[in-house]
Order: sequence, then C-alpha cells, then structure tokens
Amino acid sequence: MAPEATVNEKTLQAANVRLCLECGKCTATCLVARYNRSYSPRRLISQALSAGRPPDRQALAICLTCMSCDERCPSGVHFVDLIREWRRATYDREFAGNCSHGGAFQSLMKLMTAEDLEQDRLAWVTEDLKIAERGEVGFFIGCTPYFDAFFTELEVDTLAGVKSTVKILNALGIEPVVSPRERCCGHDLLWGGEQDSFETLARRNVALFEELGVKTLIFNCPEGYYTFKEDYPAVVGALPFEVKHISEFLAERASDLAFDGTQGEAVTFHDPCRLARFSGIVEAPRQALAAAGVEVAEMVRAGRRALCCAGNGWLNCDRFSKEIQVERLREALATGATTLVTSCPKCEIHFRCAMHDPNLGDEIKMEIRDLATAVAARLTEKETDNKTEKPTPKPNEE
Amino acid sequence: MTSSPDESTAEKKEKASSAPKGGAKAKGKAAPKAAKTAGRKKAAAKKAPSAKASAPRRAARKKEGAKKAAAAFTPRIVVFACNWCSYAGADTAGISRLQYSPNFRIIRVMCSGRVHPAFVLRAFELGADGVLVSGCHFGDCHYIFGNERAVEQFEKTKRLLQILGLEEGRLRLEWISAAEGTKFAAVINEFVAQVGALGPSKLAPRELELPQEAEEFADAASLAK
Ligand code: SF4
Ligand code: SF4
Ligand code: FES
Repeated sequence: MAPEATVNEKTLQAANVRLCLECGKCTATCLVARYNRSYSPRRLISQALSAGRPPDRQALAICLTCMSCDERCPSGVHFVDLIREWRRATYDREFAGNCSHGGAFQSLMKLMTAEDLEQDRLAWVTEDLKIAERGEVGFFIGCTPYFDAFFTELEVDTLAGVKSTVKILNALGIEPVVSPRERCCGHDLLWGGEQDSFETLARRNVALFEELGVKTLIFNCPEGYYTFKEDYPAVVGALPFEVKHISEFLAERASDLAFDGTQGEAVTFHDPCRLARFSGIVEAPRQALAAAGVEVAEMVRAGRRALCCAGNGWLNCDRFSKEIQVERLREALATGATTLVTSCPKCEIHFRCAMHDPNLGDEIKMEIRDLATAVAARLTEKETDNKTEKPTPKPNEE
Repeated sequence: MTSSPDESTAEKKEKASSAPKGGAKAKGKAAPKAAKTAGRKKAAAKKAPSAKASAPRRAARKKEGAKKAAAAFTPRIVVFACNWCSYAGADTAGISRLQYSPNFRIIRVMCSGRVHPAFVLRAFELGADGVLVSGCHFGDCHYIFGNERAVEQFEKTKRLLQILGLEEGRLRLEWISAAEGTKFAAVINEFVAQVGALGPSKLAPRELELPQEAEEFADAASLAK
C-alpha cells in the first residue's frame, strides 16, 4: 500500500459508494468470490470506507473488473470505477513484479510510450490483404502482434481475427488504414492504475489517426474500443473520429456481403466483458453471425450475464482464474457446440491457456475463433469480388 | 519475481534490476570491481573536490542530455549472469585483474533459464541500452536443461523487441563458464562497443534519473576510455 494514498472524493461520489447498503449482492455475484473465499467486494467497500483509505493493492489486483457486481447492485454502486480509482491511488511501479507474466506486458505498454518508437508490427499483412496508409476508415489492430509473439506455446493466433477483419473490410470495398505507428491503447495501464503512461498513449494514438485522416476507426478488440470511446475523451477531449467495434460494423453492413450459405459446425458465443457489460453490445455479434449463416447455441449465462474469461489486465492470475475459465468452458461445451466464438483476443488467450491444463485435457478442449474469423470463413469469393466495385468508393490511396 | 519496497532504492541504483537481491549483490561485488579495474580510484581522487558541485552539474547533464549523449555516449548495459558459471566467470575476470569496460551492471540469477522476457523488457524500459544474457555452456547448466529454456525465453524476447523496433544488436546471449574470465571481459568489451556504435536506445526514457553513485560510475567509465 502506498503510504499517502489519496483517493479522489469526486470519483467515490460518482461511483455511488456511499449508497452501498452492505447487502452483499456483489459478493454473491462475484465469480472470484465464489472460488476465492478471502475475496469480497462488499467487504472491500465497507473496510475502505471505515478506514478512510484504499484497500491493500494485492487485494485490489484480484478483481477482474468484469462488472458483474455492478449489474446486480440494487444501489447503483459502480464497483469497477471504485477499483480503478483505488488502483490509481495505490499505484506502485514495483508491484509490476507481481503481475502475471512477470510484468512483461506492463513493460511492453510502457515501452510503447517512447516518442521515437518505430515498430515492426505489420509483418502479418500478406499480399491478399489490402490496407492503406491514409483514408477515412481506420483499423486499430491493438497488441495482437505482441500477443502472438509472446504466447507461442499456447498456440495463440489472435492475428487471425485481425486478418479476417481486413478481409471482410476488403470484401466491402474498404482498404482500411493500418498504421505501424499505432501503440497499445493503454487499457491495462489505466486499469492497473498507471495514469501517466496511459495518457501518453491516448494522446499519441488519437493524434496518429487524426493525422492519417481517419473518420471511422474500427476495432477488433473490445478493450481498445471501450478505452478509445469512454476513457480517451477524458484525456484528449472529444475524439476527432468515430469508433466502431467490428461487431457493430458487421451488423450494419452484413447485407452488403455475400456468404456461401453453408452450415458449419455448431458454435457458441462468449461475450467479452468490455463488449457486453461495458459497452452494452450484445445483439450485434449475434446478428453478424446470423447474417453469415452461423447458428449460435447460447450458453446459460450469455450477454450481460456472461462469465468473464478471468484475465484482468495482466495484473494477476491464480488458481481461481483457472477455475473460472474451466467453468466457462464447461458451460460452452454443454451447449453442444464444438467451437467457441468470441470477439476479444484476450478471451482467446485465457481460454487457450486453460485448455492446456494437463489434468483436464480433452475434457475442456474446443475450437476458439474470433468473431471476424467466423464471419470471414463464410464469405464467398466470387460474389464479393463483384461487390468490391459496387459500394461507394472510399477515397483511399494505396 | 518479488520486490519489496525497501529494496527499491538498491534497485534504482541498479537502474534496471528485475532481481533486486542479485542486483544489490552484484553492485557490491562485480560492478565496483569492474570500476576499479577501470581506474575508479583515479576518478574518485579527481572528483573529491568537485563533489559539492555535483548537484548543478547533474542538472546540466540532464538539460544537455541529448547533446552530451552524442558527444560521449557511454552505453548502459545490463548483464544477467547465472550464479554457477557466468557470474563466476565475471569473478575470474576480476581476480585475474583484467582491464575491461565497466559500462555494465551485472544481475545475478540462479540460472539463465530464469531470465524471462519480462526481465529484459524491464531493463530496456528503465533505460538500458543493451542487455546481455549469459549462462553455462550447454551440458554444463547446474540445472541440466536451464540454458535450453534460456534459449526459448531469449528467442521470445528477441521477437518482442523486434516488433518494438529495437535494433537486434542490443540483445545478446552468451555462454561463459566460470573459468572463462577472459571471455567474459572480451564479450563485455565487444558488446559495449557494439551498443556504443548503435547509440542510445530509442526506448529509454528521455529523462533518466541518475542516482549520484551512477553518475560517478559513468564518469569512471568515460575516464577509462
Ligand atoms: S451489491 Fe451494491 S449495495 Fe450491495 S453490498 Fe455490493 S456494492 Fe453494496
Ligand atoms: S468486477 Fe467482477 S471480479 Fe471484480 S468484484 Fe465485481 S464481480 Fe468480482
Ligand atoms: S546454471 Fe548456468 S545456465 Fe543454468
């Protein structure tokens, strides 16, 4: 705990913390609390309020910021906002040493704040993918190149979703602006309490896409989407462009795409926290899948009630995270589906990791695919080739 | 990897230590030794009268940081050395009174296999210009296959740094046995020259807070040239 942790009273007020009834519904809902008996959001609130200072940083790191508790709270307490403010108040760089993966991602994010950064992050762009250097439609690929380079032993392929998104956009006659100069959105720094580096990333990213003439920025990663949409304005003011998650975009434009109409394997959809609960986007991915002819077998807890993948911004990972992941995978398999479609690279990483459990083995194994990949797999080439000429031409230069 | 707050000062001095204990130890052991061989005594004697003037000088250094870097760039190298071979190799170099470049901070790890990408990334984040990972020769690892794991970790680190756009020459992997003091010295000299030629790391923070001791150390380093 930082010695002089100061909590922004305004944030506390805004989070309605003083309205807490101590009813304990949050703890009853909390996934972590169900497995980890020493963790309780209700207790964190009441202890912090009576002590007048934030809880211990280690306890704060446990929360997944999944927002399930906020959904249940009868008093409108925004516990996730509270967690964020507490983490900011108790921020301690040395703590990164206790983070998952030894703090490698914290370091990567901070390294990406460097001014003269010249990344080599477009190695995935193959000849068939058309991207532009400037134009009105941009595509934010996020940290996926780093994820794939880091999680090799988990056979993670988050870039597949990125490539599929470009494929879909190309099929719509759009050559998205993809820039090697884009940086991490800073989501995990923000949620880890590192405000300064987050702000640097926010400024640089917004300036970049503004400079490239982007009017609409598309995201595959819901964390990036949510961060740009909800958290960047606090740093840079109103965004000079519109942000859209690929699922929203697909739901709108799916009718312009041609699909092969085949019936593939049964899939189920896992709602990422930042998409469903935080952004309220529940129908769009389902509409996109339906348009592509993909049938979705829903899990018991879907949409805003979906379980979290138990990744929490690379702050903490423990045996409880694994239990949550296994529970979710069991739920997914119970639908009879063999493929789990999600729309977040991190959900993919965390579920793939859980599936490597040698004790459970095949019991929880299933295919994992990104939403864009699931949709792109159904595109018909011939017709989409015709389509490329039809839609309103975008002023993209090659 | 754990780091308690009371160790953080020692860690700061090391500037890029992910393993505080090893770092503190290294400072007490190998680093001053290296400095000594590079004429630290001379530097200390010369510096004694100017000790009071060090605060304004530090400010000046900060201001013209970029200019100075171009004029006389002393690379900051972090060395991760395994306890059983390479760290002992550094000892051998010292015991043999070898003269070699003092521009490095050595961090002792039990085995090179412990050097997770996070260690190296953290070193670069905190301002290292180059990172050397060093362990036992194949077949000699105290933990049998630790250095094979080190290769895997190293390859992963390399991939990440490549995406970040860092020059390949800033990262190096070497096998140095406890007997190879000369090799240790040669590798350090070579690596310092190589990183020196590349110039300051683009990823290093613009304004590096140099603790007093580190400044003296840097001066000793430039004197040794
Ligand atoms: S559910 Fe809401 S009111 Fe009830 S204890 Fe939790 S935060 Fe307080
Ligand atoms: S945000 Fe999620 S993990 Fe955190 S307390 Fe609420 S339900 Fe539990
Ligand atoms: S102990 Fe030296 S490399 Fe493993």
